[in-house]
Amino acid sequence: MVRISGSPAPQGLSNSRLGLLHALLHQYGPPRWSRYVREHWSGQRLVIAVPWIWLFLFFIVPFLIVFKISFSEIRLAMPPYAPLFEWLEEGRRLVTTLDLSNYAFVISDGLYVSTFLYSLKIAAVSTVLCLLVGYPMAYGIARAAPTTRSLLLMLIILPFWTSFLLRVYAWMGLLKSDGVINNVLLSLGLIDMPLTLLYTDLAVYIGIVYSYLPFMILPLYANLEKHDITLLEAAADLGARPFKSFFLITLPLSVPGIVAGCLLVFIPAVGEFVIPSLLGRADQLMIGRILSDEFFANRDWPVASAVAIVMLIALLLPIMIFQRYQRRELEAAKR
Amino acid sequence: MKSRSGFRNGALVLGLAFLYMPILSMVVFSFNNSRLVTVWDSANSPTLTWYRKLFANEQILDAAFLSLQIAAMTATGAVILGTLAGLALVRFGAFRGRAMLSTMTTAPLVMPEVITGLSLLLLFVALEQLTGWPEGRGIMTITIAHITLAMAYVTVVVRSRLVGFDDSLEEAALDLGAKPLTVFFRITLPLITPALVSGWLLAFTLSWDDVVISQFVSGPNSTTLPMVIFSKARLGVSPDINALATILVLIVATGVVLSTLYMKHEEKRRLREEQMARSGN
Repeated sequence: MVRISGSPAPQGLSNSRLGLLHALLHQYGPPRWSRYVREHWSGQRLVIAVPWIWLFLFFIVPFLIVFKISFSEIRLAMPPYAPLFEWLEEGRRLVTTLDLSNYAFVISDGLYVSTFLYSLKIAAVSTVLCLLVGYPMAYGIARAAPTTRSLLLMLIILPFWTSFLLRVYAWMGLLKSDGVINNVLLSLGLIDMPLTLLYTDLAVYIGIVYSYLPFMILPLYANLEKHDITLLEAAADLGARPFKSFFLITLPLSVPGIVAGCLLVFIPAVGEFVIPSLLGRADQLMIGRILSDEFFANRDWPVASAVAIVMLIALLLPIMIFQRYQRRELEAAKR
Repeated sequence: MKSRSGFRNGALVLGLAFLYMPILSMVVFSFNNSRLVTVWDSANSPTLTWYRKLFANEQILDAAFLSLQIAAMTATGAVILGTLAGLALVRFGAFRGRAMLSTMTTAPLVMPEVITGLSLLLLFVALEQLTGWPEGRGIMTITIAHITLAMAYVTVVVRSRLVGFDDSLEEAALDLGAKPLTVFFRITLPLITPALVSGWLLAFTLSWDDVVISQFVSGPNSTTLPMVIFSKARLGVSPDINALATILVLIVATGVVLSTLYMKHEEKRRLREEQMARSGN
């Protein structure tokens, strides 16, 4: 028997029932537990457990609930969905109502399909535009003198610290029909009629590129900065034009940075809610808005959940690639 | 080569102009005294009318105070949890659940906010049904949601700071008989302080700025500042938001410049101390 420090079981009672009880109390009762804590539950476990449990409870469990509700029937109640499992006849029969109609609805309904495709298109085009704007900037910073480099980086990150919402809002003032851009173009005589800029796809592209630009530039910069400049010098010595050596050396080497930057823009852009709500078309919504409308306006929680799950499945592959990249980056930094 | 550097600098200048032009226009038009918000009225401007109106608007002031409270609590909570997670991931080697922890701290970074918001709301509703907690939604639920998102960012910051240091200092202290807790507070914590400062600021900004997640998990009496701004902006451009934006930009710019200077200073001090320690050997 494992004896716990300090309090041995009284000798005379060892064979009686009371003695057994006493021993059991010692074996499984509080003293044993506290010893277990002292031996195994060190501070290290606590350090791991606290964030682990928090994230499990507030990040993983919520997804399981969304997943569950996406198979439920809508019901006029609070909360407005039917339970998946129900005990009928006073607990003698377990009834499950696994309802696939939400998915059938989301996948077959023309509105949802077109919204999904539209969101993917908007995100893809914005990502490419972001890359086209961000790559030369990241390249410029990486090749700048070390002293100006940190200043330039700060200038890139500074807008990121100011409110995202307000920066999107600022574009409303620029793009309006009587906004700053139209006024400037009119007064320069370049146009006679104000252009329709706000509430268009173009406005959404601008908004996304503008808001997500730092996310594109920073991973690209981190990659470009590590390049070995002697490779380019060697290419130049061997007679390669700068243009050619860029496409043969710099661009292939920067693929990991491009992938990371594009994923950091593309994944959140698919579900973007604020930018299309403020700058986008009223006749073509994006999937994030549909989800939120389905939830708040129609109070159809099961369909909103199904939309979320479908969106998540569509984004699963890019998210997994991003995870792998992120892990590799952090492991590489260790060396 | 010269034309290429010209192209690079041109791209940089244009890109920076693209980044700063909208902010500048907001600042300029916050002093505009015209009912047409985006048409400059040179006869009556500049003016402080919109600032006066802003400070008389109780809805905005209340929302700002609420947002400040939530952001401060979020930042503090996220720094504590994010530091623990970063420490575990970098310093503890292989442990059960490490891959899971790593995934759970990077996935929120790219998760579309509508999904995070929806799933957290559904969790709170289910929890309330099962346990009675949380009673309704408000400051508490918004803060929990924000901490969950922000701690992922803090973890990344702390992680990348920690991998920059080898653990020989900590090992040495442990060998000399220091308790793990003492090692953490005397060695690890001072080393990662700059990361904690920027992590705190990052978490604060994320929370202060969030509208999508807040909309899902807020209650009837917990309208945050971004929610007020968002509902106003949906109706069109309004000049008092320009004034609000200008104030916020000023605060942020000052904060970022100050914290950058502080971090530069800390970095220099650390390098100097390292040098002194080396020459002492």
